[in-house]
Amino acid sequence: MLIVTSIDLHTESGKGKLLLILGDRHLLGVSSVDGALKWSIESKELSDNGEMNIKKIVQHDEKSIYGVGFLSLSGFVVWDIDAKTGHINSRDVITHHQELSMNDLIVTESSVISLDRDGKNIVWISLNQQVLQIASIERHIPDGKGRPHLMEEHAGNIFVLKFKNQISLVNLGSSNVPELIQSLQDHSIVSLGIALPGGDKHALSVIQQVSEDKINVHIFMEEGDKIKVSSELVGSDIQRGFVKKAYLNAYTRNDRSHGFRVLVVAEDSSLSLLQQGEMVWNREDGLASIIEASTAELPLEKEGVSVARVEHSLLEWLKGHWLKLKTALMVASVEEAAAVQALRLKSTDKTKMSRDHNGFRKLLVVLTKTGKLYTLHTGDGRIVWSSFISGFRRSGGKLTMLKLLPWQVPHKHAMHENPVFLVAAKVASEENKFGLLAWVDAYSGMEINSVRLTYFIEQIIPLPLTDGAEQRLHIIIDDHANAHLFPATDESLQIFLEHAQSTYFYMTDKEKGTITGFAVKGPQTASPLSPSDGVLFRSQQLWTIMFPSDTERIVTTATRRVDEVVHTQAKILTNQDVLYKYLNKNTLFVATIAPSGAEAFGETSPEENWLVVYIIDTITGRILYRLKHSGMCGPVHAVFSENWIVYHYFNVRAHRFEYSVIEMYDRNRIDNKNMLQFMLGKDNATATLSSYSHVDLDVKTQSYFFSHSIKALTVTSTARGITGKQILVGSVGDQILALDKRFFDPRRTAEPTQAEKEDGIIPLTDAIPILPQFYLSHAYRVEGLRGIITVPAGLESTSLVFAYGVDLFYTHTAPSRIYDSLTGEFNYALLLITIFALLIAIIISWILSERKELKEKWK
Amino acid sequence: MAISGVLSLLPIVVAVGFFTAAIPISGAGEYTIAGRIRHSRAEGLSGNKAPFKTLNIKVILNAGQRVAFVRPDGYFAFSGIPAGTHLLEVVAPGYFFSPVRVDVSARLNGQLQAFLTETRRVISEPLMFEPLREEEYFEKREPFSIMGLLKSPMGLMVGFMVMAVFLLPKLMENIDPEEMKRMQEEMRNSPAPSFGSLLQGRTS
Repeated sequence: MLIVTSIDLHTESGKGKLLLILGDRHLLGVSSVDGALKWSIESKELSDNGEMNIKKIVQHDEKSIYGVGFLSLSGFVVWDIDAKTGHINSRDVITHHQELSMNDLIVTESSVISLDRDGKNIVWISLNQQVLQIASIERHIPDGKGRPHLMEEHAGNIFVLKFKNQISLVNLGSSNVPELIQSLQDHSIVSLGIALPGGDKHALSVIQQVSEDKINVHIFMEEGDKIKVSSELVGSDIQRGFVKKAYLNAYTRNDRSHGFRVLVVAEDSSLSLLQQGEMVWNREDGLASIIEASTAELPLEKEGVSVARVEHSLLEWLKGHWLKLKTALMVASVEEAAAVQALRLKSTDKTKMSRDHNGFRKLLVVLTKTGKLYTLHTGDGRIVWSSFISGFRRSGGKLTMLKLLPWQVPHKHAMHENPVFLVAAKVASEENKFGLLAWVDAYSGMEINSVRLTYFIEQIIPLPLTDGAEQRLHIIIDDHANAHLFPATDESLQIFLEHAQSTYFYMTDKEKGTITGFAVKGPQTASPLSPSDGVLFRSQQLWTIMFPSDTERIVTTATRRVDEVVHTQAKILTNQDVLYKYLNKNTLFVATIAPSGAEAFGETSPEENWLVVYIIDTITGRILYRLKHSGMCGPVHAVFSENWIVYHYFNVRAHRFEYSVIEMYDRNRIDNKNMLQFMLGKDNATATLSSYSHVDLDVKTQSYFFSHSIKALTVTSTARGITGKQILVGSVGDQILALDKRFFDPRRTAEPTQAEKEDGIIPLTDAIPILPQFYLSHAYRVEGLRGIITVPAGLESTSLVFAYGVDLFYTHTAPSRIYDSLTGEFNYALLLITIFALLIAIIISWILSERKELKEKWK
Repeated sequence: MAISGVLSLLPIVVAVGFFTAAIPISGAGEYTIAGRIRHSRAEGLSGNKAPFKTLNIKVILNAGQRVAFVRPDGYFAFSGIPAGTHLLEVVAPGYFFSPVRVDVSARLNGQLQAFLTETRRVISEPLMFEPLREEEYFEKREPFSIMGLLKSPMGLMVGFMVMAVFLLPKLMENIDPEEMKRMQEEMRNSPAPSFGSLLQGRTS
């Protein structure tokens, strides 16, 4: 427990604040001017048993403070402490004949208020007179139900009692009789009380939730003995859920009366400032807690949408052009110029709500911790829609958001359907735990359906299968390792049954240190489909890998992206050799570290640390490769793409960070095939790859130093996988660093031969260079960076990058430079001028030659 | 209002540092890593968007275990640090600092020894860190220059042609007129079609 309060203190050097810090063993007085410790009181000085008896502190006057606590069970102790020296001036004890409630204690400027043990009476003492007084709660607040509690929030002599059904504001005025001001039902939040500037007025506000989108702001102001109550109804057009917290602030109006504004924190973590019944501004701070992000294509541009429809009416269209003309002639006012700017922004291609040819415009769909879904436009980052999932909010219990998966992607014949996302959450309470699913339309934010499952969600696996309406098939693994197929329709069941025999999955248990592989076993029951629970399939355990818990602990696993596109399976070298990439989709990278070399690497030695990495085939459970790095420790970040893995860890011996790369090539396929045969198609690249066939891996590895720790690691992805790759690193400084994959090539040597140079091999260095130009985010910082996602654009050369943390950041990157379109810097003017100049030169020379020819003829 | 809020916060940070030094938190260590971040120039290079401000600097201990902010005069401190080898990273947008390995000695009562991992330079107490370099996030656009244009292959070709146009007639002039006449005679007599007759093939 640590309570920090500040009081005004007048010293020789002028006014200053004294910070009072109340801890478990000390009460400290710290100067706010230079941070010096003025005095400290140990709990031993206050009581015999050494416990901190002071529960609350309040300023008495300029020179002294009061510390208030309980005396055993039936009485108060008030210490009078000198604010300058920390000397205890006096200790007063006021006893009561009944036991007091130890959890209910508030100290206002003039009184100490508590309840008796049963919560039947209010017990209070006035600090000046130190006489104990009692008042029955039932008599003063007859409609309160249940045992009341004192709320911490109070202002002046107003305090708040919380009943089961309501909260009641009570005034303990000079009359020495508790007076009920008002009782509020519904969901109400009380703000901290404030002292108003000038004079001894106090105020408190209560935010009462009238309905989903309407709140009532009550302000209670104490002016001497009178209590002024005012209420304002504030509505909101955006769904923000219940109010969670409120903060009151006062200002002085021109007529010297007091005005109030309230800062409200809503259920979706958004901040709004309310004043005079209106929302002045709003911040969507819920976006700082993104847990999953995905993208959706925008709708196709429809034929026949005319200019008139976009510009609403002819009048507005004319007005817009009139404004543009005015700005062109420099006669527009500032507001008009701003309006034109806004119009221009609206009509630029960047912010259109339709798909573009290059696939740069997308919708970013993000799921936040509060359970609210947001959709952002990549053009300008505006929120297209945001909504809570109502099916989840009704569920009750502590909700944890799990996943956001593209359910239906408009494609082929389902081109005109809206994209749909599947949102998964789980509720785990003491009595029961279950999963929740909801389907949300990405264009409107409308909740299409939501179900409450009868089981717990352990894992959701999207299958590489879609049904007739382009809905992706998913299997949900519950905590008994059963698989449930979604969508639960006959059609999807038929599709899935064809592949059910070859469907495998695995589960990683980090606590137990095991990885277990399962095979799906045909539908359990011939029972009718239950659309809300999916089609039940049992599973059979195939294999288990157990890591010895005393030497290894799983820290990181990585797999390839499900939607990854690989252009070629073979890598052709300049010397006409062919290397075949090992492209098994069912490979898993696992990194384990020594359990002792746990969190803090400041205190460990290289001898007690090691990092072991495994590459595991998840169908057979076979360990394809194992590599042990001695003297290395976590945190480990890894990214797996195509046939390579790059991972980052800490080298305890050298005390530097390191990257390692593993590249896997399939030696089985090399049998005397050279490039000519490959070009003629006489290769075995199209042969089916089976996990059960013999694997002969050729693994190349290399390690490089890296200066900094990192926060996130991912790789760019492009539409067809032809373009080179960049490793995107969330740096320690919250920037995004794009490192060319070629820096991580394990074939780098100190002096590459001519042939290797032609393959694009960079001479070996011991560290990965960080050039400032590699930063995609330039000088910007994505504060609190937690994750980076990459999405292919329509243009093969470009990959879209979205980074999230407290800030959000979006950009494009072209790992091999932009080779398939002209860049923005292309000098169109120069091109036009050159063409013109050439045309003129042709015309002139033609005229000259004509003339000369004529002259020749006359000769 | 907001500014005064920030200003009044600063002493609080300091205050926390002071009293934790006085009362070690149980479980953690009892030593303090303190140092100063300094930069000889207050403003960044021309074109550098991020001026050197202590407000923007964060010092990160052991890859994010703890974070310290820096006082306006550049001082920072981590207190309650156990003995051992720690890693400090200084994060300042626009500036590159080497990560620093700091050895906190238990035998020498918390004496610090620091080691810049990039330059392998040892620094002892008091710890003073300076940026290794300023970071230029943008590639400089090549300024337009006549020389650059002329040096390009196209420029060289054009240059040569211009030279040919002006210099070749000059060469002709230098030839002795008698010699010239003789040559012209020879040319007329020779049966091989000359370049000139090829051009005027239509008229002849």
